Amino acid sequence: MSKVRDNYVLDVSAGRRGYALNRMCGSLTDPENRRRFRADEAAYCDAYGLSPEQKRAILERDWTAMLDLGASIFYTVKLAMVDQKSVQDLGAVFTGMTTEEFTAAMLAGGRRFG
Amino acid sequence: MIWGLATSHVPAIGAAIDHDKTEDSYWKPLFDGYAPARRWMAEHRPDVAVIVYNDHANAVGMDLVPAFGIGTAESYEVADEGWGPRPVPPVIGAPELSEHLVRELLDESFDIATFNRLKVDHGLTVPLSVYCPDPGDAWPCAVVPVLVNVLQYPQPTAARCYALGQALGRAIRSYPRDLKVAVFGTGGMSHQLAGARAGLINEHFDRMFLEEIEHDPESLAALTREDYIEQAGTEGIELIMWLVMRGALGDNIARVHDTYHVPVSNTAAALALFENLGDEADDGRVAA
Repeated sequence: MSKVRDNYVLDVSAGRRGYALNRMCGSLTDPENRRRFRADEAAYCDAYGLSPEQKRAILERDWTAMLDLGASIFYTVKLAMVDQKSVQDLGAVFTGMTTEEFTAAMLAGGRRFG
Repeated sequence: MIWGLATSHVPAIGAAIDHDKTEDSYWKPLFDGYAPARRWMAEHRPDVAVIVYNDHANAVGMDLVPAFGIGTAESYEVADEGWGPRPVPPVIGAPELSEHLVRELLDESFDIATFNRLKVDHGLTVPLSVYCPDPGDAWPCAVVPVLVNVLQYPQPTAARCYALGQALGRAIRSYPRDLKVAVFGTGGMSHQLAGARAGLINEHFDRMFLEEIEHDPESLAALTREDYIEQAGTEGIELIMWLVMRGALGDNIARVHDTYHVPVSNTAAALALFENLGDEADDGRVAA
């Protein structure tokens, strides 16, 4: 897993790099698409034209690699929902904490910077 | 225009309402904080709510990203965001007002995209639930959705959002029919979902914003998008949508209520409600 950046901003170039991956995750708002994705994730990724790196990140649920490959959190969160993962689970991944630690940090007023 | 409401639109707020969790210890402080505003709004029912919000990759994809848009439909389906649609009523539009707003804003050089079909997501339905937690079969007002791109950088500047709000206010006031209108500015407060700063909360910035949105919105409009991202987090930039609401209200306002609570999911949540004390007519008179 790559070292996580402080901020991921979906600029136009990230939007271009991540287009296929974001479009694929966005398609999971349709229940029939969710069923097809669950039935064969690899084939579903191929149908949406994901690069080999993007496909690997999806299949391995490498949430940080997805961002590095142009994903927006608003798209990948739909994949997290398919997995019944919460944004606390993802926050824990991005910050190297357990979900319990991340949730406790939020309950304590959130994480402060600067 | 009778009032303006600024409120966070975190999806978990909708889920808490939909699953009867508002009395749980996690949620009670937030919903207790809403109570005085809800009582007041229930006594001041608008005919139409103009709701300034952003879509979260549910109706607007990466194919086409308009900076500003207005829904012009007769009704708006509630979106399935990946976990099934919220169990709330469909949203009824106000297409004649939408058309008026689009025309007036284009005449003022705001080049607005129009949505004839729009599935509305938590960005719009959660603020409706904050206003009206138990709508039964129908929401108590029609809705004009006003969309702002906050997902893709570069977002519209805060200054442009404030100016859009001022033009929106003029457009609402020039509508020839006698309608009571409320304006919602949604999103925020500080939060960041991805990256090493995930979980960011900046209460100092949030408290400053909650104060200045009433007294000095120009200072908030002067902040750059980079300021918002740095101070309030990558998703905290949603706060620029509060400035659209604030611009629409004008200067003759009174704060009815506000509340601030951390955390709601990964977010600092707030509500601020302002009564419009009188629209200034074209001849300078203040009409109640």
